Amino acid sequence: MFDLDLWREIFQSINKNKTRAALSGFTVAFAIMLFTILFGIANGLENTFEKFFLTTADNALTIRSGTTSKPYKGLQIGRLITYANKDLDYLKKEFGDKIQYITPKLSRTYQLKYKKRKGEYTITGVSPDHQYLEKAVIIKGRFINERDVKNKDKVIAIGRLVEKDLFVKESALGKYIDLEGVVYKVVGVFSDNGGDEQERTIYTGYTTIQRLYLATDEIGSITIGYNPNMSADQALVLVQEITAKLKSRYDVAPNDQRAVRIGNRILQEKKRLDNMTTGLGILIPIIGFGTLIAGILGISNIMIFIVKERTKEIGIRKALGASPRSIVSIILLESILITAFAGYVGLLIGVGVLEAIGSSIERYWITNPSVKPSIVYTATIVLVIAGAIAGFLPAKKASKIKPIVALRNG
Amino acid sequence: MLEIRDLQKSYPIGGTSLHVLKGINLSIKDGEMVAIMGSSGSGKSTLLNIIGMLDELDSGEYILDGLPIKNLTEKKAALYRNKFLGFIFQSFNLINYKNALENVALPLYYQGMSRKDRQEKALFHLGKVGLADWAKHLPKELSGGQNQRVAIARALAANPKLLLADEPTGALDTTTSYEIMAFIQQLNDEGKTILMVTHEEDIANMCKRIVRLKDGVIMEDTKVIQVRADQYV
Repeated sequence: MFDLDLWREIFQSINKNKTRAALSGFTVAFAIMLFTILFGIANGLENTFEKFFLTTADNALTIRSGTTSKPYKGLQIGRLITYANKDLDYLKKEFGDKIQYITPKLSRTYQLKYKKRKGEYTITGVSPDHQYLEKAVIIKGRFINERDVKNKDKVIAIGRLVEKDLFVKESALGKYIDLEGVVYKVVGVFSDNGGDEQERTIYTGYTTIQRLYLATDEIGSITIGYNPNMSADQALVLVQEITAKLKSRYDVAPNDQRAVRIGNRILQEKKRLDNMTTGLGILIPIIGFGTLIAGILGISNIMIFIVKERTKEIGIRKALGASPRSIVSIILLESILITAFAGYVGLLIGVGVLEAIGSSIERYWITNPSVKPSIVYTATIVLVIAGAIAGFLPAKKASKIKPIVALRNG
Repeated sequence: MLEIRDLQKSYPIGGTSLHVLKGINLSIKDGEMVAIMGSSGSGKSTLLNIIGMLDELDSGEYILDGLPIKNLTEKKAALYRNKFLGFIFQSFNLINYKNALENVALPLYYQGMSRKDRQEKALFHLGKVGLADWAKHLPKELSGGQNQRVAIARALAANPKLLLADEPTGALDTTTSYEIMAFIQQLNDEGKTILMVTHEEDIANMCKRIVRLKDGVIMEDTKVIQVRADQYV
């Protein structure tokens, strides 16, 4: 129900009591502004951390093999361990949803030819998951898919620079490339922000490499992407588990460091980062909470002051026939209106400040400081509600005062 | 119009209680103009506040226009005040950020009248107290006498059955006081029932009946020959 007269009363009250309105508005605007700026800076710090892990998926781990360095179960030193297709199924089965993506990697370097142009490129046999592990972005066509792997098709997805080098201005999609006598069809072109090297790569299904060049089901290395919900610590445990399982599968001594290896340097790094992110994760809510509390206290004080100041007016209105409810609503709506408006102004100023200083503070480890509008809206709503509650109690009390007391106090 | 029987009222003060009204019996008929007199502490203002439903009685009966006034909810009291009563205060009690017209229109707002009707009616009543030209002025831009006339216009706007005045001339000089009294007498001439509290004999003598209070009881209740205020103006 929209009561135009009520709003007229409220706007008049705000308009004629500008100092009062400005005072309460300022508190809220200031709180929201601080909230926005602090949150933005904290987010900026987080963005900086995230930038370190942009090129490959930050949950990628590579499982490599080598020769044994210790005798075990009557087996000799120097035995070469080689993974095979069945290890992929084994790992998937054994670790279930701890492994999000898995791909083998079988690389060969060949001379490529298209029409008169040629060049040396690496062709890598992978599974479809590789696209996500490498964070390759498809520009045209598609990546290698399950059917390619199953049918061992001679299809390839090529890097952006391969297309540029060999096809110049032509589109590579659907064209055929000669790889030292074997003709492959280009089904996709991708880009990769990992650098030129990555964009000069060619991918095909790993089974295709096995069929054409190996005649076995061996695979070189295995790259897995662990479940991104896992912390670095949990991932380190997973690394140990996988290593242990594979060692026992291939009869490798548990303390053999060479035959089965998983590089965990990135995980160590990530663990440090996780700690910092956790620290920020604690710090940010404290900052936000603190600012909000300050704002709530401010608006509460002002509301109590406002109600006190208006006691006489309330008495007059009651003597003239105002119901308690109309008294409460006029005070509350005024407070809500002011806090909501001021909160919005504070948001605009805060965002403006972040925009203005955004690019100039990158050297302080703050990248692209910004806040999600939803967080600030929530903060504003919290303040509005706090202001409303803070105003409601004294307003309710004031509406209950006998008019004669209110008039006498004036 | 108004019937009060054995009205008692006391206020708690510290640990004890102060017995302010000790059994008041009062009957006021339509069209009367009554002054309640008494020294400070006699209970005259308390009586007026109870009659005005600004305060509650402890025991006894209060019947206004046939309606028993007891244990009213805040909402009901607000409704009755708005419908039956008009107030004139010593300190005017105008809302300082509203101009004269808006102040007069306020009780009409609480009656739920439309904005256009309110303004029309408020302007009419301001005209009646001779302040139509001052409609857009704020209380601080008006003299004491003018402010009290605005307050009278406001009290009249809702067309109350009973006009209650608490020391209406208390804050005004003699000449202005008589001006205001002339207005109030004129309203009474037109049939409005008026009840006022005063401690000034000359003002009380401009009413038609004087009720003297002392220590919470009525000492004297006499009809007087009204002194017309307009002869001094």
